[in-house]
Amino acid sequence: MINAPLPLMQVNHVSKAFAAGDKGSLTVLQDINLELKPGEIVAIVGKSGCGKSTLLRIMCGLTPPSSGETLYRGTPVQGPVPGVSLVFQSFALFPWLNVLQNVELGLEAQDVEAKERRRRALEVIDMIGLDGFESAYPKELSGGMRQRVGFARALVVNPDILLMDEAFSALDMPTSETLRNDLLDLWIERLIPTQAILMVSHNIEEALLMADRVIVFDNNPGRLKAEVPVALMHPRDRESLAFRHLVEQVYSIMTTPVVSAESAKGAAIGLAHSLPGASAAQMVGVLEQINQPANQGSLDLPDLALAMQLGVNELFPIVDALELLDFARISGRTINLTRHGKAFVEADILRRKEIFGEHLLKHVPLAEYIRRVLDERPAQRAPEKSFLHELEDHLHKTEAQRVLSMVIDWGRYAELFAYDYHSKMLSTENPGSETEPGFQ
Amino acid sequence: MPIFSPSQAVRESVVAPNRWDFIVLSAGVAVLFMMAWGSRQMFAPYDLGQPLPISLDPSNLPGYALRTTLRMIAAMLLSLLFTFTYATLAAKNRRAETVLIPLLDILQSVPILGFLSLSVMGFITLFPGSMMGPEMAAIFAIFTSQAWNMAFSFYHSLRMVPQDLHDAAAVFQLSAWQKFWKLEVPFAMPNLIWNCMMSVSGGWFFVVAAEAISVAGNHIMLPGIGSYIALAIQQQNLAAIGYAILTMFLVILLYGQLVFRPLVAWSDKFKFEMTGSQEVPSAWMLTLLQRTRLAPKLFALPALLWELLRKLFRRTSARRSALLKPAITPRAEHLLDRTWMLFAITAAIVAALLLARLILSEVSSQEIVRVFGLGLITVARVMVLIALATLVWVPIGVWIGTRPAWSQRAQPVVLFLSAFPANLLFPLVVLFIARYHLNAEIWLSPLMILGTQWYILFNVIAGAAAMPNDLREVSSNLGLTKVQAWRRLILPTIFPSYVTGGLTASGGAWNASVVSEVVSWGSTTLTATGIGAYIAQQTVNGDHARIALGIAVMSLYVILLNRLLWNRLYRFARERLSFD
Repeated sequence: MINAPLPLMQVNHVSKAFAAGDKGSLTVLQDINLELKPGEIVAIVGKSGCGKSTLLRIMCGLTPPSSGETLYRGTPVQGPVPGVSLVFQSFALFPWLNVLQNVELGLEAQDVEAKERRRRALEVIDMIGLDGFESAYPKELSGGMRQRVGFARALVVNPDILLMDEAFSALDMPTSETLRNDLLDLWIERLIPTQAILMVSHNIEEALLMADRVIVFDNNPGRLKAEVPVALMHPRDRESLAFRHLVEQVYSIMTTPVVSAESAKGAAIGLAHSLPGASAAQMVGVLEQINQPANQGSLDLPDLALAMQLGVNELFPIVDALELLDFARISGRTINLTRHGKAFVEADILRRKEIFGEHLLKHVPLAEYIRRVLDERPAQRAPEKSFLHELEDHLHKTEAQRVLSMVIDWGRYAELFAYDYHSKMLSTENPGSETEPGFQ
Repeated sequence: MPIFSPSQAVRESVVAPNRWDFIVLSAGVAVLFMMAWGSRQMFAPYDLGQPLPISLDPSNLPGYALRTTLRMIAAMLLSLLFTFTYATLAAKNRRAETVLIPLLDILQSVPILGFLSLSVMGFITLFPGSMMGPEMAAIFAIFTSQAWNMAFSFYHSLRMVPQDLHDAAAVFQLSAWQKFWKLEVPFAMPNLIWNCMMSVSGGWFFVVAAEAISVAGNHIMLPGIGSYIALAIQQQNLAAIGYAILTMFLVILLYGQLVFRPLVAWSDKFKFEMTGSQEVPSAWMLTLLQRTRLAPKLFALPALLWELLRKLFRRTSARRSALLKPAITPRAEHLLDRTWMLFAITAAIVAALLLARLILSEVSSQEIVRVFGLGLITVARVMVLIALATLVWVPIGVWIGTRPAWSQRAQPVVLFLSAFPANLLFPLVVLFIARYHLNAEIWLSPLMILGTQWYILFNVIAGAAAMPNDLREVSSNLGLTKVQAWRRLILPTIFPSYVTGGLTASGGAWNASVVSEVVSWGSTTLTATGIGAYIAQQTVNGDHARIALGIAVMSLYVILLNRLLWNRLYRFARERLSFD
């Protein structure tokens, strides 16, 4: 080929913001520029909350962007387009339709004759390895077979572009491996007319096994951080040195902060900081792993992810929380225990709670604020709502809810404050003295 | 155009119909013939005041039963039509929702039998000189007993459709019409079918009550079981009452076996769950149909029809999804909301004022106060009876529910009992009271709950049967005493379903009060003081203003009772006692 292939899809300066509180909005995607060229598989990875799934929804016309535009073959996307198919994490199959009917669904919407529908559906079903299951209902199938139906449904309409939203993450390891390889075979042997695949994943290895380039997203707000080209031949060997090197490179990119004043390490965080979603038990588990004699308080993130069977969507919140509470420090792709982290993990349960509480008050302004308000109130009680309203001035409604329940969870663990589910009240009371709800 | 591949088609045409086919075919032809005969009668000429010959000869009963059943079918079709339009509009249009849903809530609380006389007059003027007038009035009465809860169920289902299925439908560009039939209706199907079937069960009560009515001195008796029993009461014919009860018994038995159970078993395939359910409801009728060679082809008819429709409407269907079409500005949207609310509130106030003017022009304020007092008496009756039914049926329900072998056998029986129109039994109770000279004020009261108490039992059984087994094992492992187990395990687990049952039973009791506070046998008429008796008497007098007053006051009490008692219990159950 002489000419550079024209992009199939172009994402131009796309931003997405949701309304938050009365004052402003929360930006989930900021100025995204992206191109999908014929013949390539592109993967997007990033921490949770980096807006990668939102971008996918914008690209297939399910959600409008706040600004910017998406072009499919030069035409702006203003709703779902026939050439773009989506594979869902949850499969999104219609339980009352059997495999054949589920696959035919997309063709039916395109007004294909019944006979032709059946022929094409059967062809795809054979190709994707579902023959024999045509009349089965989704509930009779295993997860892997269900996702095969999801793929067949997406492929039967002969899409130019196949979008995959965490398509493999609801499956167990061997199943997703098999399905990935089958899809790659179809792709490499050009058995499907699809010209480009864009996948969103929180599994770095999965992205590197499939994609020609991996795009790393930063979060808060979601934006492009780096692009890693993957020049390895298929089938790729995940044990090979070149592959391991790429894995480590992606981890390093993800942990390196973009240099800016607000996100620089050590800088104080605000009241409405989007606290990472990690429970105290998860933090303890990771700290114990790092503190194992073999690791000597220092561990490579890829090894940690492997040892604890964590995807990046689970790993990074924990790591961020540990950094936030000053229990661990990241340098490059390595995580190191701090002095406090070591003291914490080596203490007994009660002492751990004390240390956790001290660090919570010191490093998480929201926790400190709640405790201070409660102490100032005459009855040492305050409704959850009042704190929620304050957070909603800065955060999206669901995010405010999540952050508050996160800090309540940590505060309960540290016994900084108690929370009553029924009255939705926070207090400094000893939880044991609360009145019991329900039938007496 | 052949749908099946040639080889398949040949194979199927060579094989002769099997014996199941003969059974189903002959039954099907018979049903079609009967329906044609029965519905022809509905269009016969009729003028108000013209006597309709009803005969107590038992040989007429099959024909009457058929006529009664046809009214039920017509009402069900109307209810479905109403459900699909009203609930869909409410679920899809935010502004419509703000008016339609509260309206539905109020309609649900209005005693159906109360405004029967009003609707009869309306329909007779609408279809002058035709049997259709009174027929439509009876069908409308049944419709009002069914439509509201079906619409509610459908509305809630539409709002529960998972987002990812909406997304899938959008990505694959299903038109609104396709989405409705491929996604939304199937998703709602299990709940809708269940509600349909429960509505039909409840409907037998109303069809019996609505067939024979007296409006302003005119006795209208539509040929049917309800009229038959009304005549039997007039003529004090005990044997005829026995025949009617027997006929109804058979009709409901057939309905349960041939319609209710097969449909519920069939709707199981629409359950939104990704695990194969352990126990699939069974129905021999469905199994029979599935074994015939004919039935699957009949079931393929809707698919053919669907395909035909698709071809017909292909040109007109707007392919482009308007999903990302820029909406009007939030400001304009807000203004429109305000205007709409203002309009709705004004309309409600005007309606209330018109009603008040109608009532106040004829009724003195003392009488209004008296009617409120009568309402209180009926409130007391309903509450006491629900409490009594609870005391009786909760322990029994728990006992049955915790024994799987028993509950499987008991459930269909209880469902049957709840479908059986209790008003058929009223004459027997009157005879009993008259014979032993009992106090009508007290002994007529149980009639209200005769038919609806089964909802409590049914729901308690279901709740107890759903009790997680591990919780039962834990409590016996911990050695909880009987009292402790009831307090900590049994009551909390059955409470949510008990509330559902209690709410249904109480609503049914209110409706029943209109026919159960005044009951007669020949020339003997027993009356219990209450608002139901008041409405019944004003219906006989044909006094529209007083009927309206009675209905308004009763609706008010029903709404208050639901808001102050049942909804609170419901919220409590959902927030504190559910597992999620």
